[in-house]
Formats: sequence, structure tokens, C-alpha cells
Amino acid sequence: MGECNLENNSLKPMKIVLAGQPNVGKSSLINAMTNAQLKVGNFSGVTVEKTEICFEHHCHAVEMIDLPGTYSVNGFSQEEKVARDYLLNEDYDVIINVIDSTHLTRNLLLTLELLNLNKKMVLALNMYDEAQKDGIIIDIKQIEAITGIPTVAVSANTKEGVDKLLDTVHEKYDLEKRLKTNITYSDTIENGIFNIKEFLDSKNYEYKDLNSREMAIKLIIEDKEFFKAIHDEPIFMELQPLVINEVNDIYSYFETKDLVEIQSQEHHSIARGIRAETVKRADKKKPKQLTKKIDDILINKFVGIPIFLFLMWGLFQLTFEIGAIPMDYIDAGIGWFGDAVGASISHEGLRSLIVDGIINGVGAVLMFLPNIIILYIGIALLETTGYMSRVAFLLDGFFHKFGLHGKSFIPLVTGFGCTVPAYMATRTLKNEKDRLITLYILGFMSCGARLPIYVLFAGAFFSASSAGNVIFAIYILGALMGLVMAKVLRVTAFKGEDEPFVMEMPKYRMPTMKLLWFIVSKEAWMYLKKAGTFILAATILIWFASNYPKVDDPSPKAQLEQSYLGIMGKSTQFLFDPIGLDWRQTVALETGLAAKEVVVATLGILYNVGEDLDETSGALLDAIKQQIPFASAVSFIVFVMIYLPCFAASMVFVKEAGGYNHLVYLFILTTVVAWVMSFLAYNITLAIT
Amino acid sequence: MKLSEIPLNKNAKIIKVECSDDLKQRFYSFGIIKGATVCVETVSLAKNTMEINVEDTSIGIRVEEAKTIEVEMI
Repeated sequence: MGECNLENNSLKPMKIVLAGQPNVGKSSLINAMTNAQLKVGNFSGVTVEKTEICFEHHCHAVEMIDLPGTYSVNGFSQEEKVARDYLLNEDYDVIINVIDSTHLTRNLLLTLELLNLNKKMVLALNMYDEAQKDGIIIDIKQIEAITGIPTVAVSANTKEGVDKLLDTVHEKYDLEKRLKTNITYSDTIENGIFNIKEFLDSKNYEYKDLNSREMAIKLIIEDKEFFKAIHDEPIFMELQPLVINEVNDIYSYFETKDLVEIQSQEHHSIARGIRAETVKRADKKKPKQLTKKIDDILINKFVGIPIFLFLMWGLFQLTFEIGAIPMDYIDAGIGWFGDAVGASISHEGLRSLIVDGIINGVGAVLMFLPNIIILYIGIALLETTGYMSRVAFLLDGFFHKFGLHGKSFIPLVTGFGCTVPAYMATRTLKNEKDRLITLYILGFMSCGARLPIYVLFAGAFFSASSAGNVIFAIYILGALMGLVMAKVLRVTAFKGEDEPFVMEMPKYRMPTMKLLWFIVSKEAWMYLKKAGTFILAATILIWFASNYPKVDDPSPKAQLEQSYLGIMGKSTQFLFDPIGLDWRQTVALETGLAAKEVVVATLGILYNVGEDLDETSGALLDAIKQQIPFASAVSFIVFVMIYLPCFAASMVFVKEAGGYNHLVYLFILTTVVAWVMSFLAYNITLAIT
Repeated sequence: MKLSEIPLNKNAKIIKVECSDDLKQRFYSFGIIKGATVCVETVSLAKNTMEINVEDTSIGIRVEEAKTIEVEMI
């Protein structure tokens, strides 16, 4: 297999949707159900992804869609919207509602909302083994009897019940009609439902596959879609006063006209009722003891933040220190591969395109793969163990002052290493505006690739002893500007209601290796696929712009000066005159849009000291010291600090922010800020020196 | 009395939730609703966030959000 091969199967694939609250082990369950992942890919969701997996069950092709975890179908967050839109508008066969057996009441709230969708559904009581360990005994038959939904106890960890779950789903899929639920509401509401139902029955009104009781419920909870449908029917004339009458009775009973509140109260009492009737505690011991003990340390008032900072430092070190080891090998491997390929191509232009353009460009993406993998193992650990919520809890106070969410911290720290994974790490932010603000300011966290430029300039103008401090100051200054920018964006472009913090502090859990592999391999593959294709296109473009038109003078300097890139630099130099930069620095900044690593190389070529340069090279250092005035150098550094990180990052930004328009805004924002700050820095430096 | 004002580890009953719909919906889906029993477990150093327990679930909320929840001690 390996592919989702549906052609040789005459049956329509069975489409299963997994819905459930966050932290109920949906990913693990999918992993357990599908055994080997046959096809994992993301689709359609612009900012928040759904995952689609295909496999076979009893020779029937199955498509499984994993919706983002959601607490409520009526919620406002981006993820909840994605889930709701899918559940309401897409075509699918069966919902598997995954439930955490150890938190039955809260999970049943979502179940009750899902039931109002009137679709075929199966309840999966996940983490059943954990519940048993906690001494919780659940009467599955009784849950089935009360809800009317087939219910299976499963454990993604031990794989217990997983086969039975699939069999049950398959069985329900084969049934012609979906099962009706047996949920009973409180007397006042039941009364209203009964009266409206009687009326609908007397008129023999039909709508889709709903029975009259389901229609009555939809009328009482003001279901928009159903109202739209029935509004144009003659029956509506008589129906309207009846519904108004019944709803008014309900309002006066509940002492509120807030339907969401009424529905929530009803669902709560039903959920509590189900729990009371189906759950027995074998012993009275508090099940959360261990989590509580760990929390006493990890979110302790005094040591909580230091512990977190230490862990982040560790992750940061691991990402960029250990990641550097395979990086060198990959780099050498790509170099060797490029040489080997280059040797076999005789046509010079073609060889340059393939070796300098494609292999180098795509190689640059491959090189970051170890970093990405380590980083994602770290982030996956943070998330799956339940520590992430604690971190957000600790940091929210500080970040909230700058208009950010507690969870913004992870991408911001990552941004000091490489902006590409940092953009991807913003996915841990659920709220759209928090996410966008974080995406917009991430570039202010100077990435690793800018370091060579700082080292070069600090080395040229400062003594060796103070150069380190200068570089550190550059990093801190960038981060501070980022925070200020976040605040500015929050009060201007991304105004509006703050994302509520309200966040579950889940039980601490140790993820299985398999789950970690599942998450990390998915992210790594996506990184390769997306960034790889964009980078490929970009490198070809830049390669072309810096190599054509061909000139007679074979020196790299002349070639670059007269290439399209050089022409562009010279023609746009007037833009950079006020901030003290000449055409060479202009070109360096412009090639830097492709990647910051290119800046030093470009400066090297333009200041005519040869091509194979790095930041420690003495010749370039001297040339810069002699040929660039101090004020221009300051201006140049400030510009580098602020403007767009690189092409690869920009493309990832487009994907994460959800459109090219955002890149245009980001480009304008960063360039304008960079220009203004450079202008200030240039003139201030001129004035004081 | 507001949820932000009650002493640590003491049970209280929620009598009213008065806030934006967005936040209200979020509260509801966590079981933070009229009649539910709640207790405060931890408050952060700068008193920005607090951890509360409702229906056996620990939930982190901002102190300013806790101010919208009216409770009475039991």
C-alpha cells in the first residue's frame, strides 16, 4: 500500500471525523487505529490544520479526519471555527467523539453539542486504562442507554478496545439510519419540545432526515440553518407564535434570555447526571495527587520561572548545538554532491544553475532539518506532557502587558535560532490575533544567520573585548523593539477583544515514543515539502539575477555589479542615501532578502577581496574598517536587525499568516521601521562622533 | 464576592458569570457555570494568573477574568 489507493476499491471511502476536546489523546488514538501511517497530509485549513489519514478496514477504504481539539462547537477561537465549519458543512459519514474517561463530565458537554448535529456518532472513552488505575469504574452499557450512542472503552496506549472501536464505527456506517438519542432535558424544556413536536407531527412537516423531536429542539435552540429553511414555509405562520410562547416559558423559568447560558446549564446538568449514574469511584483517593505535587514545584511562585528558563535554555542549546553536528555533515555531503554533479555537466550555464542554484539552495533547507527535528521534539514534549499550559500560566502576566499571549514565548525564543521554525512554532497559539502579532514581531528576534554580519561589523569597529557586549546589546535591543512593536500592533492593527486566557492545566503525562515520532515526522515532512519547494524557486531566481546578463570581465565583482541584481542595487541606491548607505551596501541588503548568509558573501565580492569569505576573515574586516564610515556601519547594522529575515522565512510566514497580503504588510512594516531607525541611528551617530 | 477574592483551597459556589460572550462560552465549556463548585489552587507571583479547580479539572485563568465570576463561600 503506502498510498491511499482507492481506485481498486469500488466502494466509496468511509469518511470518519474525529472530534474531541484538547488533551483527550486524539492523536494517539489515530495513531493506534491506523497502525502504520499510510498517508498523512494537511489540507485546506489556512492557519489551523486538519489532518487526513487514509487506510483500510475490512477491505473498505477509510478516510479519517482529525479535527483540531475543541471545547465547544459554539466557540469563537480559530480552531473551534475550523472544527465547527467542518462538522456543519462538510460531507462525512461517522463522527467519533473522543472522550477523556477521567474527565467525563466536561467532555460530555461537547458530546451533547455534537448530538445536536444529528449525525451518526460513536463515543470513544479514551484513556480507559488510566481511569481504571485512578479507581474510576464506568458503566459503558449505561452510557449507551442514556445517550443512545454506541460507546466503546479504548486506550490508545495499550491499544485495548481499538479494534472494537473500528468495528463499531464500521457497523454504524453500514446502518441505513442513524440512531436517535435518548437525551432528556429538564421538564420546562421537554414541555416546550413536546408541544412543538405535536404541532409538527400534526402538520406532517419533514426536513432532511430529522424527526419531529429533533426539529423541535432545533427551533428552541434557535438553529440558524433550520430557521432559514422553515422560514419560507407556510407552516411558519402558525409555528412562530407557538415557538415564541414556549421559548418565553423557558426564559422565565431560567430567569435569563441568554440561550447559550440556558443550553449550557442544561448540558451541565445532563452531563453531571450521566456521570452520577455511570461512574463509580472504587476508592476515595484523590486521583490528581502526582500532578499536584509536580505543579507545586513547576508553577511555584519563586522557582517556576527559573526552572522554565533553564529548560528553554536547554532546548535552545540542544537545537543549535547538537543540531550543528549533523548540519556540518549535511553541508559537506551537499558540497560533495554538488561537486560530483558539477563534474559531470559540461555546459557552464547549466552547471552553474544546478550546482550553485538548485543544489546549494535546496541544500540550505536540508541543513536546517536537524534543528527543526530537535526543536519539534522539544515542542512536542512541552505540549504532550502538559507543561506548555503551565508555561503560559507563568508568563502570561508579563506578555499580556505587551499584547501577547503567554504561549508566544516559545516561538520568540526559537526566533533567536532560526526564524523558519519559529514561524512554525506559532501554531501553538490558538487565537488568530495573538498568532499574527507574534508572527509579525518574530523577525525582530535576530536569527542565527544575522550573527555573522554582527560579528563582522562589531569586529571591524570595536575592540575584541567589547565586541561581544555590542553583539549582545544588538540582540537585546532587537527583542525590546519586538515587544514594543507587539504593543503597537495590538493597539492599532490587531485591536479588539483579547483572547481569554482560560486554559486547562491537564494532567502530566509521558508521551509514548510512537506519538512523538508521529508528531515530529509529520512536521519535518511538511517543512521539507513546503520550504523546499519555495526555496528551490527562490534560489533559481536569485542565481539568475546575480549571474545574468553575462559580462566579458570574468571577475566576480564586475559580474555582480553588472548583473540584474547590481543594476537593481544601483538604481535603488537613492532610497538608501538618506541613511548613509552606498550602492554596495544597498546590494548587500537586497541580496540579504534571500538569506542573511548572503550578505557577508556579497560584501566580500563587492569590496573585492575574493569570494570565499567568512566573518572572521581579516581582509574583509580591514576593507570594511577603511571603506565604510562608522555612522554608515551603524545604520547598516540597524537595518539588518529589523528588515525581513530571509526568503525561506518569508514564504513560511505567508503560509502561517494565511496569505501573501500579510507578507506585503510585513515587508512594508519592517522596511519602514528599519529605514526610520537606521535614519535616526545614522544621524545620531553623525552628531555625536 | 468575586472569585479573585476568595482564600486558597476553599470551596465556593458560582452564582453569576458576567462577561463577554466569548469568555462566557469558554467558561461554560470548562464547567464554570452557575451552581458549579470552584476552588482556587495557586496564584502567580505577580497576581496576574491563578489556577482554579472545577469538576476535577485544573484551569488557569487571568485574575482579571476571575473578577467577572461572582461566588459565595460554602
